[in-house]
Amino acid sequence: MNENKHSIETRALSLWYGEFQALYNVSVDIGHGLITSLIGPSGCGKTTLLRCFNRVNERYGNVKTSGEIRILGKNIYDPDVELIELRKSVGMVFQRPNPLPISVYENVVFGLRLHTPAKELTRARLDEAVEEALTDVGLWDDLKDRLKRKATDLQLEQQQKLCIARLLPLKPEIILMDEPCSALDVEATRQIEELMLELAGRYTIVIVTHNMAQARRVSHECLFMLMGELVEHSRTEDLFINPADSRTADYIEGRFG
Amino acid sequence: MFTSTKNTQRKKRQELIAKYLLMTMTLLIILPLILIIFYLIYQASPILSVDFLLKNPIRGMRDGGIWAPLLGTIYLVLISLLIATPIGVFAAVYLNEYARESWLTRVINLAVVNLAGVPSIVHALFGLGAFVLFAGIGRSILAASLTLAIMTLPVIIASTKEALAAVPVAFRQACWNVGATRWQTIREVVLPNSISGILTGVILQVSRAAGETAPIMFTGAVFYKAIQEGDLLAYGLLDQCMALSMHLFTISTQVPDVPVALPYGTAVVLLGVVLLVNALAIVLRFKIRSRKKW
Ligand SMILES: Nc1ncnc2c1ncn2[C@@H]1O[C@H](COP(=O)(O)OP(=O)(O)OP(=O)(O)O)[C@@H](O)[C@H]1O
Ligand SMILES: [Mg+2]
Repeated sequence: MNENKHSIETRALSLWYGEFQALYNVSVDIGHGLITSLIGPSGCGKTTLLRCFNRVNERYGNVKTSGEIRILGKNIYDPDVELIELRKSVGMVFQRPNPLPISVYENVVFGLRLHTPAKELTRARLDEAVEEALTDVGLWDDLKDRLKRKATDLQLEQQQKLCIARLLPLKPEIILMDEPCSALDVEATRQIEELMLELAGRYTIVIVTHNMAQARRVSHECLFMLMGELVEHSRTEDLFINPADSRTADYIEGRFG
Repeated sequence: MFTSTKNTQRKKRQELIAKYLLMTMTLLIILPLILIIFYLIYQASPILSVDFLLKNPIRGMRDGGIWAPLLGTIYLVLISLLIATPIGVFAAVYLNEYARESWLTRVINLAVVNLAGVPSIVHALFGLGAFVLFAGIGRSILAASLTLAIMTLPVIIASTKEALAAVPVAFRQACWNVGATRWQTIREVVLPNSISGILTGVILQVSRAAGETAPIMFTGAVFYKAIQEGDLLAYGLLDQCMALSMHLFTISTQVPDVPVALPYGTAVVLLGVVLLVNALAIVLRFKIRSRKKW
């Protein structure tokens, strides 16, 4: 359904939390199948922008937006847009892994169970979904004998992979990641980054990160934000080697942030 | 180097004093409780028996057991909680999960907090006016239970809200981001993870409902009423009933020449019922706790 080469397009997107304006006129095109990283100092609106893409901001209190957001070519503020369907195809991963306090198996099929009538969910279909999703994130070999284990007992890095796996049975197009590695150690971070690179292409990935080295390692394109504004958007190498804006240069050289 | 000075020694002394002072205060809390329980049991010991529980009071309440008031209290508590729990829990779910910050929800929240602090005698008058007279139910178990329900409702709402709020936002986020509706989020994640807290709050209201005299005195409890001994269905919804709290009040203050053991025995049973139910709450909490970890 998507002939577009951009999965996410925003036009003059502004957002207010009550009286406080958190995003100013953000216009950005995020490439299909790419990993796009989103960098910028604390409080500049990275999480806010990310949460716009599946309209989950609306669950965080008094939020007002103006401008346009197109996901896969469809304006998500159109009246016929069903939030449930939108959120199925735009999944999100958080800073702290947030598996639900149920078994690994149930975590993976949680979304399926929510969206499919119980009688269509045969054991075989569920099993298949679990194996496929866990294989995709590289957990299957580790966990195939421990599917009944409580997900909250896993190691953090496994939990984070599980949180990614949990999105996959819903066949998302876009995966949003909000600092997915900042609670993880070096080795776990490496594994998640590898996983992201494997998933790129099949999914469009947007990752918020505070770690500029990580942005350089994993992303094809990079967005730099400052105080609610999008300052620069270019290919990652260009942004780090040849920033067009002096504020970007200052930030990546660590003069502030 | 690293040896103590006058100053550090003084601080150490203060530290010791503070520690033992605080510990003493803590012990002072439980000491009266233990003393009361032992004193009650000691005074009641001549009369405590199974018969005491299963026989009606006789000879102008100067002898016999407490079957009628015991069963009455059980009825009142059970029915009032059956009414208050669903309303309270669902209201709390709405307030905590759906309602947006607005002047209306602020007023409701304020009302809940303040209603929880209203003296029970005021609830009694309200119950008398609203249920007994206005609704025409008459003095009955139903009217008294409704009054108790009104009394316990705000506390149930408050404790349920607290239990719901203790469920980590991360769980809710996990749900929203796979496209769960609010109701699905509540059913699948919020309620299962707060049920022990909710139940504890509800069960703690048992002791309040069982202990209060004022709200039932005007609305459905009577001084004396003999019922079929041993019959658990001896009261009907529209009957009046005896109740332990009121019975205790009556035989301690209104009836002359009651043997000392009788009021103490009644008090022991009332306390026993309350402690038993609270113990149940604790067990329940541990059972559910041990299954969840986050
Ligand atoms: N629910 C909210 N209500 C009100 N203000 C909010 C809310 N969420 C975020 N903000 C404000 O919006 C601004 C942007 O916040 P946001 O969380 O998007 O920043 P961020 O770039 O993700 O920061 P960080 O790097 O610390 O995660 C901040 O000033 C923050 O205080
Ligand atoms: Mg953030």
